[in-house]
Amino acid sequence: MSIRYSLLAILDAGPRHGYALKSEFEAATGNVWPLNVGQVYSTLSRLERDGLVLVTEDEDGQKAYRISDAGRQDLKRWYGTPVVREVVPRQELAIKLVFAMRSGPEQVREVVQRQLVATMASLQEFTNLKATAERDGDLAWLMMLDALIFQAEAEARWLELCEARLAHLRPQPLSVGADAEETRDVERMP
Amino acid sequence: MIRVLSMERAGRRYGSGPRQVTALDDVSLTVQAGEMLAVMGPSGSGKSTLLQLAGGLTRPTSGRVVLCDSELGTLREAELSLVLRRRVGFVFQDINLLPALTAAENVSLPLELDGVRSRRAMATARALLSSLDLDDVAGRLPAQMSGGQQQRVAVARAVIGGRSLLLADEPTGALDSLSAESVMQLLRTQTGNGSAVVLVTHNFRHAAWADRILCLRDGRLIDEVRPPAGPESLLRREHV
Repeated sequence: MSIRYSLLAILDAGPRHGYALKSEFEAATGNVWPLNVGQVYSTLSRLERDGLVLVTEDEDGQKAYRISDAGRQDLKRWYGTPVVREVVPRQELAIKLVFAMRSGPEQVREVVQRQLVATMASLQEFTNLKATAERDGDLAWLMMLDALIFQAEAEARWLELCEARLAHLRPQPLSVGADAEETRDVERMP
Repeated sequence: MIRVLSMERAGRRYGSGPRQVTALDDVSLTVQAGEMLAVMGPSGSGKSTLLQLAGGLTRPTSGRVVLCDSELGTLREAELSLVLRRRVGFVFQDINLLPALTAAENVSLPLELDGVRSRRAMATARALLSSLDLDDVAGRLPAQMSGGQQQRVAVARAVIGGRSLLLADEPTGALDSLSAESVMQLLRTQTGNGSAVVLVTHNFRHAAWADRILCLRDGRLIDEVRPPAGPESLLRREHV
């Protein structure tokens, strides 16, 4: 998640103080990604160092930040560049399933069903929130909820497929190779 | 709370002897007025059988199915037809509007079959279509409407006359995402009017519109899902 470009995008609408940037970021993203003030100011200093934001001090001595022309160009480049997907995301659930397989299909079935219930409950929550977003006409928040909904749906469908695969699972006979390997290991024993 | 539907240890077997198949086994549930329930499960898990029992299309071989104080399994055919016609509306994936009738005529049909005079039935149908933002299509034949509009009209036909229970079997299966969403919204709205909705679907996103999701496997209920509350909630937006 790019805090750097999110801050540039907020500043593109007009100058802001640091704390206002934090509040605006959190409001726009539905508090899904809480941001600490330290992160905001460290990102702003890097943006200032790179010439992407300009800093002025108002009468109260508070720093106000505004986007520079170079910052605007950088932001445009960000909008125009597709996000790179992680090819193999380090997903806890996938890792849990891989290791549950070692304990046998029953363990996997339990993991899958527990997770499926939790994922469906999250889907219900996001869907309920959509009603509020639609009523408020909050399109950005609505699209964000759509994204969360589709991600949760994808996970639920994947889990459903795992469950179907488990239902078709038949015990695998030991391969000849594995038998031979085992025999050799025994032979090597003193 | 007004209980619209209850199943008490309801089961449905087909065939006999070694060929006997248990489609639904020992299912107990209740659905209250104003509540939406989704039923999910893999093919062959008993979803459609559950819906058929709820709608009186088949009788339980064990247990009881009670719809608004009438035990469906014990009613005579004529009584059953009357209870179903007055209390239950169906929405299917195949939209099934009569092709030679306009939207308003399709919607008014259940009232006319129930003895309401044609003019009054049409006025009620038009008022209902209007309340569902379907004024524009009231005079159109099904072939002149999009799939989403046809399914919304089918929902109107299913609820006209203030039916207590709306049963929907994959109602969004043939629709694009936005049309499907508008149908789901319409189904959800019906709970605000006091109807109970039971939705059978394979679609997780659409099941998520329900207050509760029941998971079926091999004819048995294995889980019930409700949205998380309090500290379990993932999102805590200030204005929500």
